[in-house]
Amino acid sequence: MRIAARILVSAYALAIYGFIFLPVVVLVLFSLQATSFPIPPFTGPSLRWYQAVLADQRLTSALFNSVLVALLSSLVAVALGFLAAWGFARYHLPRSWLLRGLITLPLTVSYLIIGMGILILFNAIGVPKSLIAAGIGHVVINLPLCFAIIYSQMGEHQVNIERAARDLGASEWKVLFLVSVPVLWPAIFASFFLSMTFSWDEFVIAFLLTRFDTTLPVEIWNMLRSGLNPRTNAVGSLVFGVSIVLALLLELVFLRRNRQ
Amino acid sequence: MTGSLTGPLVEIRKVSHSFGRYKALDEVSLNVEPGSYTVLLGPSGSGKTTLLSTLGGFVHPTEGSVFIRGNDCTAVPPARRPTATVFQDYALFPHYSVGNNVGFGLRMRGVPRTKRIGRARDALAMVGLADAFNKMPHQLSGGQRQRVALARALVVEPAVLLLDEPLGALDLKLRRQMQDELKALQKRVGTAFIHVTHDQEEAMALADHCVVMNHGRIEDQGPPERVYSRPASRFSATFMGESTLLSGKVQNLGMDEISIETQVGPVSVEAAGEPGFDVSLAIRPEHIMLEPHGASVSLGEAKVTDVVFQGSFKRVSAVSIKNPEVTFIAKVRSNQPVGVGDLVELHAAPTDMVLLSH
Repeated sequence: MRIAARILVSAYALAIYGFIFLPVVVLVLFSLQATSFPIPPFTGPSLRWYQAVLADQRLTSALFNSVLVALLSSLVAVALGFLAAWGFARYHLPRSWLLRGLITLPLTVSYLIIGMGILILFNAIGVPKSLIAAGIGHVVINLPLCFAIIYSQMGEHQVNIERAARDLGASEWKVLFLVSVPVLWPAIFASFFLSMTFSWDEFVIAFLLTRFDTTLPVEIWNMLRSGLNPRTNAVGSLVFGVSIVLALLLELVFLRRNRQ
Repeated sequence: MTGSLTGPLVEIRKVSHSFGRYKALDEVSLNVEPGSYTVLLGPSGSGKTTLLSTLGGFVHPTEGSVFIRGNDCTAVPPARRPTATVFQDYALFPHYSVGNNVGFGLRMRGVPRTKRIGRARDALAMVGLADAFNKMPHQLSGGQRQRVALARALVVEPAVLLLDEPLGALDLKLRRQMQDELKALQKRVGTAFIHVTHDQEEAMALADHCVVMNHGRIEDQGPPERVYSRPASRFSATFMGESTLLSGKVQNLGMDEISIETQVGPVSVEAAGEPGFDVSLAIRPEHIMLEPHGASVSLGEAKVTDVVFQGSFKRVSAVSIKNPEVTFIAKVRSNQPVGVGDLVELHAAPTDMVLLSH
């Protein structure tokens, strides 16, 4: 009976993990295909499609654009999120709960609605589609997240630490950069990498708000329109690899924090 | 620094402060002399911490003013006040080493690095932590963190050092030990200390000047010996050490003494008063005796309800037979034969009774 239960549990776990990871395994596997179609039988391993991807100027420039948008939009989102959290945690604002709710509200709105909203607004005020527009969209989706993470880590004990700094003669800027930011560094770091991860593989907003220069997910979508090709597998594997690295960095920060 | 050299170091003039509708401070006036150790004693909610915060600049009082070294500091932010605070939770910077914590105030004042390190080392040596310079705060024990917080505040040479329940987070034994060290440290550096606590033993052991607070007001202030032996109010008679309180009315006026009709019978004490006045008599436990002695008077019979052996003495609680609302608290020799349920006659000398008006 017990053995049967254990087998059942193992089978269930295997099915779940298979369901999640099998597509990725297939994607990565056929990116190493030596022939022109990403279908069985496996003919690799070969790195020819990775070579092709890295030789493709449109893909490499889209990759560069993605990194740029992810980095800059995350920086802006973290900076704004931190300042908002600091303001809410340190000052008594009327209807603070309502204002905090409004800041985190975009978390519940779909990316499609946010993207469309920004598109319509930018059209109306004459802002052209561009990477900057997509970056602004990414700030909109990531700011609530950064705010929520950093705000949750701003405890009462930090209030006295900041007071102590002021008491010892620190100006407000020095309190912020010598005390508040370093003390909250793990939360700031975590929200930055989470933002990077989300911006890195975000498609809908980038698709709606960019035209000639696009980000990698949009470029991959362009490639997919002309049918399956091991090149798409190779570029998908690269995207996946970068996401894994970001997630690992995030995990490391949190693990280090929890051990302390 | 400008300002008068002869006046008090700190002068608090009629300071009031409200949090919303709650009045935390109600027209408080207090002077602090240079080189003194002042203790603000009171229960939680008495306003003692708010008073300290108005000195540190973390609270700007709604009314009144604060002068430090003769300068009006009422609206001056903490960074520009000649005060330094030791916080209850120490508030050490967790991301700086102990040395950098202590050197922080000097860094903010633009003291060059090498000089800063030297002075931080001196300050740490002063509190007995010379070898902790390179450690991180989380590697230290509670008592050690407390010393780092002291060194960090003292190294900037404040005119006044403010201590907000500095020993509150320590266990009893360490608290008594740190208490002695604090007093010794204050005598050595000569800086005026203002120390907030709710522990009356701590207050009596440390204070040159003891300030008893309740409901945002100062109930009593003076040398702790005086506050203990001649409390000025019912509150300070019961909060700073225990007292038995007998309420009554002034009856007859004699030459130098008045007769008071108390809950347990008439008692004459040497004092001036007007007939008909409602008063209280406060008697310290060590002044209530189980047998007559010298000029003592009887306080009537009482039934012993509790005896607690405390080593050098026994603490006896007894309810008056004449008026069961009155519970006497007496400290008697530990070899005195007394047990729960015994009927005893209690005595006290009129000179040991403190007359308190309402």
